[in-house]
Amino acid sequence: MDAIDATLPPPVNYLNAQHGIKSWLLTRDHKRIALLYLFGITFFFVLGGIFAALIRLELLTPAGDLMEAETYNKMFTLHGVIMIFFFLIPSIPATLGNFLVPIMIGAKDLAFPRINLLSWYIYMVGGLFTIAVIVLGGVDTGWTFYTPYSTAASNTHVVLTGLGVFITGFSSILTGLNFIVTIHRMRAPGMTWFRLPLFIWSHYATALIMVLGTPVIAITVLLVAAERVLHLGLFDPKLGGDPVLFQHLFWFYSHPAVYIMILPAMGVISELVAAFSRKAIFGYNFVAFASLAIALIGFLVWGHHMFVSSQSVYAGLVFSFLSFLVAIPSAVKVFNWTATMYKGSISFQAPIMYVFGFMGLFLVGGLTGLFLASVGLDVHVHDTYFVVAHFHYIMVGGAIMGFQGGLHYWWPKIFGRKYPEGWAKLAALVIFVGFNLTFFPQFLLGYLGMPRRYYAYPPEFQVLNIMSTAGASVLAIGYLIPAIYFAWSLKYGELAEANPWGAKGLEWTIPSPPPTYNFEETPVITEPPYNYTPEFVASVTAASRPEVELG
Amino acid sequence: MTEHAESPIGTYLAVFVTLLVMTALTTWVAFHDWGALNTPIALAIAVFKGSLVVWFFMHVRYSARLTQIVVVSGFFWLLILFSFTLSDYLSRGMLPFPGK
Ligand code: HEM
Ligand SMILES: [Cu+2]
Repeated sequence: MDAIDATLPPPVNYLNAQHGIKSWLLTRDHKRIALLYLFGITFFFVLGGIFAALIRLELLTPAGDLMEAETYNKMFTLHGVIMIFFFLIPSIPATLGNFLVPIMIGAKDLAFPRINLLSWYIYMVGGLFTIAVIVLGGVDTGWTFYTPYSTAASNTHVVLTGLGVFITGFSSILTGLNFIVTIHRMRAPGMTWFRLPLFIWSHYATALIMVLGTPVIAITVLLVAAERVLHLGLFDPKLGGDPVLFQHLFWFYSHPAVYIMILPAMGVISELVAAFSRKAIFGYNFVAFASLAIALIGFLVWGHHMFVSSQSVYAGLVFSFLSFLVAIPSAVKVFNWTATMYKGSISFQAPIMYVFGFMGLFLVGGLTGLFLASVGLDVHVHDTYFVVAHFHYIMVGGAIMGFQGGLHYWWPKIFGRKYPEGWAKLAALVIFVGFNLTFFPQFLLGYLGMPRRYYAYPPEFQVLNIMSTAGASVLAIGYLIPAIYFAWSLKYGELAEANPWGAKGLEWTIPSPPPTYNFEETPVITEPPYNYTPEFVASVTAASRPEVELG
Repeated sequence: MTEHAESPIGTYLAVFVTLLVMTALTTWVAFHDWGALNTPIALAIAVFKGSLVVWFFMHVRYSARLTQIVVVSGFFWLLILFSFTLSDYLSRGMLPFPGK
């Protein structure tokens, strides 16, 4: 009806089918809910980033001069809580996953659209609790809420923070439930399990972890609240409890949670590697089952966070051994992506640059994980900056790189506009450089013995800390550039056709942006995934590669 | 959607009566000292009662296979949590800490 919208490729799509704020807040369209989530996680990413900046500023000098020690404790706690529970866990599943899971399997929506919307509201309510914590004066336990400090000593807003985490947990459970039922029940005719894109397999594995693990963390933080308020003797030895029990319960969820963060990114990488090499993923079945193996074995390794907690030597050895096992499926994936690219005709556009970033940085993060999983070495580097560097290589270098790669790749599909390719490549480069400058020195610092979570340090550590803080500034610029050109592209970007990358996959067979119900007719699937036949490649190459760089 | 095969009212009554009997049993057991078996006995009765509720009252018995798998895996994961946690507690002191 509106004349303005007539300029967009499909006159009526999910973005303009309805107007007004109410049509967004009450929507049941999985694509719109994905954008609601995108709004939410972007907000929390910026908030968490501000706390990171304050941490790095304090560590610019050896003396604790910018803030009080207590304030510093609140900074890293809020940074961790926000980045993990309110940004990284929902990031890919709730945005790209919400948007793409139904489309990739040929469905019109998720199985429970209302529950999908409910999950966003729950997430936002949990977020409000966290904002309330910030306004009321913060919390200082670390994102790990270790007892007995959190229940018996801390005089900050532990209960309020715990409730926020408890509440958002349910949004995660609901998203996982929705994905599982959708993938089981709503696949289009012919979409067999082994024709599913690997993005779906990794989201399926993620959803399993969300459903099986999240209740445990929810109850655990509730128990912390119960001990704090009612003085039940659960974790505090003075009341007859056991603090190590808390660590078992906490890490039973929180180690698998690291796979909630990395598995969806691995799914993105699989799609991007195939699309930009124009080849089927090498060893599809192995990559698919590797996701499930990671989900399962990931539940059996949590004790590697507790080697020096007075956990028994026997349990430490078992958890150490199992931690080595979990590296195998991750390595299978990296090898298979590399094998896929081998002799592929790779086009060097921004999304694949993030893939390269992911592969290198995830490799370093994963291998240093093996260092940490070796009991003897971990005794030395536990709770040092080595650990901080390890998990940032995986979470920032891996998960966020994957998220950004996916965001670039599917941006034209989501908004119907292209982003500026040159700027995007520049940003990818800036992020890669900034990232390594920030976090590589932290490996050295940790190895030299600088503990994490201290606001002051001996002067001999200053050079490396200055490098890290400088890197963080570069990284911030790297994140700012896409924020600007993405926003710019919404209005001024070149209009995107249905399949701008010349890629395989159901999402590229429908208009950009898609209509509300995705498919005019339910598609019937007759071919394997990533079916880049020579004919298909020839038909799309001419159209979609104006700037081919390598032969 | 799978239909809920009509479960006869008789089954419900039988389950209900069993639960009542078990409650009585719990009470009776509580007034006697079974030594080391006190907790295992109480837990066994509780697990049995819980299973009846899940299986009949929560309709898992009449649900699709997929639903049953979900329920069973939920309990399986609980088992993982318990057994690996106990692998720590039960083996404390089994191997000496170096230097001690
Ligand atoms: C795949 C994604 C991974 C992520 C997101 C991740 C994340 C993390 C995080 C957040 C911590 C710090 C927890 C804390 O103390 O606050 C950590 C520590 C650790 N990670 Fe990873 N990790 C990953 C993979 C691995 C792998 C593959 C291994 C080993 C096979 C591993 C082994 C460890 C160990 C042993 C620690 C404990 C270090 C210590 O505190 O002494 N991680 N990891
Ligand atoms: Cu872990």
